[in-house]
Amino acid sequence: MNKLKTDVLVIGGGAAGMACALSAAREGVRVTLLEREARIGGVLNQCIHNGFGLQFYQQELTGPEFASRLMEEMQVENVTVISESYVRDINVRTKTASVLSPKGAYEIQAKALVVSTGARERPFGSLLIPGDRPSGIMPAGVAQRYVNLENYLPSKRAIVLGSGDIGLIMARRLTLEGVEVVAVLERMPFPGGLTRNIVQCLDDFDIPLYLSTTVTGVRGNGRLESVEISRVDENFVPIAGSQKTIAVDALILSAGLLPQVEEFDEDLEIDAVNRGFVVSNTCESSVEGVFAAGNNVAVFDLVDYVAAEGWIAGRHAALFSLGKNTSGDRVPVFRGQNVGVLVPGIVDMEEHLRLYIRLRKPMERGTVVLRELAMEKKFTFGVPSEMIQMVVNKEKLLPLMDSGRLTVEVL
Amino acid sequence: MREPRLFSWRGFSFGGAEMQTLVIGGGLVGALIARELTRYEMKVLLVEKREDLGQGITKANSAILHGGYDDPPNTLRGKLCAKGNRLYNQLAEELKIAVNRVGSIVVAKGEEELRKLEILLENGKANSVEGLRIVGRQELRKLEPGLSKEFDYALLCESAGVIEPWMVAIAASMNAVNNGAEIITGNGVVGAIVESKRAKRVKLSSGREIEADLVINASGLFYEQVSSFFGVYAPPVKLRKGEYILLDKRASTLVNRVIFPLPTAAGKGRLVVPTIDGGVLLGPTSVEFSDFFPEDVSTTAEGLISVRESGDDLIPGIDSPQWFLKSFAGLRPESPQKDFYIKKADELENFITVGAIRSPGLTAAPAIAEYVVGEVIGSMDLKLTPKDDFNPFIDERLRIKELPFEEVARLIEADPKYGRIICQCNEVSEAEVIQAIKDGARTVDGVKFRTRAGFGRCQGGFCSWKIASILARELNKDMSGVRQNSQNSWIINGKVRT
Repeated sequence: MNKLKTDVLVIGGGAAGMACALSAAREGVRVTLLEREARIGGVLNQCIHNGFGLQFYQQELTGPEFASRLMEEMQVENVTVISESYVRDINVRTKTASVLSPKGAYEIQAKALVVSTGARERPFGSLLIPGDRPSGIMPAGVAQRYVNLENYLPSKRAIVLGSGDIGLIMARRLTLEGVEVVAVLERMPFPGGLTRNIVQCLDDFDIPLYLSTTVTGVRGNGRLESVEISRVDENFVPIAGSQKTIAVDALILSAGLLPQVEEFDEDLEIDAVNRGFVVSNTCESSVEGVFAAGNNVAVFDLVDYVAAEGWIAGRHAALFSLGKNTSGDRVPVFRGQNVGVLVPGIVDMEEHLRLYIRLRKPMERGTVVLRELAMEKKFTFGVPSEMIQMVVNKEKLLPLMDSGRLTVEVL
Repeated sequence: MREPRLFSWRGFSFGGAEMQTLVIGGGLVGALIARELTRYEMKVLLVEKREDLGQGITKANSAILHGGYDDPPNTLRGKLCAKGNRLYNQLAEELKIAVNRVGSIVVAKGEEELRKLEILLENGKANSVEGLRIVGRQELRKLEPGLSKEFDYALLCESAGVIEPWMVAIAASMNAVNNGAEIITGNGVVGAIVESKRAKRVKLSSGREIEADLVINASGLFYEQVSSFFGVYAPPVKLRKGEYILLDKRASTLVNRVIFPLPTAAGKGRLVVPTIDGGVLLGPTSVEFSDFFPEDVSTTAEGLISVRESGDDLIPGIDSPQWFLKSFAGLRPESPQKDFYIKKADELENFITVGAIRSPGLTAAPAIAEYVVGEVIGSMDLKLTPKDDFNPFIDERLRIKELPFEEVARLIEADPKYGRIICQCNEVSEAEVIQAIKDGARTVDGVKFRTRAGFGRCQGGFCSWKIASILARELNKDMSGVRQNSQNSWIINGKVRT
């Protein structure tokens, strides 16, 4: 067994974890990064399309390019990476972890922890769609893995359930590789993914998008043979008589991402709406010296935001590990009307505030109001799939000292 | 009157040739019978039409060891359930299968329902069920704090438990093979040649024909059909479907024991079951088919709703979508007698039907195997010669999840594959996946059922492609040849670029 001491231990080597490891290392501390796969990069490695990096690198990159760039920068900084690793046990108070990997088992003692475990895809089974249990039903990320990294085609004729970004991107990807994509279905009355992806992935390839429609049955003896689709009412109840049977051999699911918090949620506070860790704008969780960033805080729409948050987490974790107290007075953030996902949950006065907001429903126009700061931001054509970001300099956070809270609402 | 040549059959010798017994059906009943037979001097063959063992009725049921208090005493069920339950202690040691005796309760409201519990208690005593008593409100609250406050009494059965039924089939057949049996999977019985009131040869779907001196039909849902191939009567089978919902481990904080409502004429009702790997199972429904659809294990919208509602009636709050992992359905065979049908054929001298193994068939299975070999074959005037070298034990398969950290560290030093965790939800290493393949797993589900890889909360999202790749590598196959479970269940359809 190997014993390892490190200043900052980062759990998860996706965009958040890599950016975090890099920024922590640049503060001059020892950083160890744990990654479950053989190669760091997370889902970026299989996102071979472009559209990444516009904010973080001011340059449009593909997923692998974005990941490689972070990887190269990390290598310069001597970050210790343990790939194909698995955290068997972790104590967030003592900051010790028992880790397994093919290279050996490690007992790791850290001074600060960063949890950057990302999100997982919602599995088909959890949707309780009736019918048979054939092969050919897979989350879009698994289909993407097969096509982009493993060089395998998982279908001849597919339908996509859910119009989240990865579903849209896979509809295009499969089409480009000769798979007939019959349609993309979305049970909500509006699309789940970014507008640019609706245009570039569906419209440009004549793939129909059926809104307020879902899969109400799957049939197949061995392999999927057909799906039954139905229109749904505003409560998502299938409308009788609207069923259609469509012959397909694959059902690609883009039914949402779930923050991976389960190994920590007995210790770290969880936000019921975000379903991720409650963090401050210093990315600190409810336990001192434990930081979290990325899709396990809330599911972000852009990898640039994830990397930016990872970067902040890394810096604060490094400073914490050096014994430098970087946090100041803190006030809680409250959701006002029309606000769904909201990050952060706590404002720390010693750091700039980066707010990420998802609307509860599409709004033609609206105003984000930061009530106690008397600040607002107007928008047009706001949709839940696209986060609204607001940045407030820490110098302007002073009114919160008196109010003791910040309310974010959309009017 | 017996044919003269039957005398040479005694002692299992046909002019020096070894007697050959064919067991049809590789569910847990067939596998345990096959294993039981390998205690004696004979060649045992087990045929299973699916790609793997234990993938029919055995796979999709409540996975419970019942106490045996509700089966009528004058039935085979009543006779074999409590005995089977006790035999699992020994089987667990011999076959290294996990048995968790969590106990069960049957819950009741008010004095009138209390009478029904008392009847069950009396019945249980008649069936010699151990660890059975009625508890009142106060104790019930302590035993099951998550139970609906509407219930006043419960029949507590301490000997009830949960297991992985498919592992019984898999482990029993591994043990049977170690003791000389041959297992033939992916081969259904399609016909038989019967001569002079004896089953002679059995035709398999692959075209292979097997000479048989004794045939045991343990074909589950298909018992009536298979017996008819031999011209043997079996009571008409009715299929019942049961739908289930599996919940995340998180739901298990609400439930300590298997929780039953009061049984009705339709069966034991819809339960809440803490599963052996830490999850919770809700169900089953019980819907009788009007016709014989043995492949229809589809779930239905109505069925799943009723499973959710009845679960929530027992444990308020358990119907919580955040915990849903999957839904599935299983079929069970029922006969008009509502009892097991275990009988030497009247029409043939060397054929036994082990049919209508409905609930509590899983619990009774080890006792069924003993009954078939001891009483049914015993009454056939055949002298069974015990083998000196029968070994009832199989080697334990390592589960690193159950080992202390230091021990896993040592294993990794010897073989790095113990450190490569393929299923991160259930902590299953690559070495365990490879062992499962060595043990006979040929499909992704074969690995899943042996190792629990893919049973967790990501439902294979992170590991299914890895397991498929390991299967392809270890079996020296192309990925397009790897299957989820059955022959048609292909996973990938060729390459993107060649």
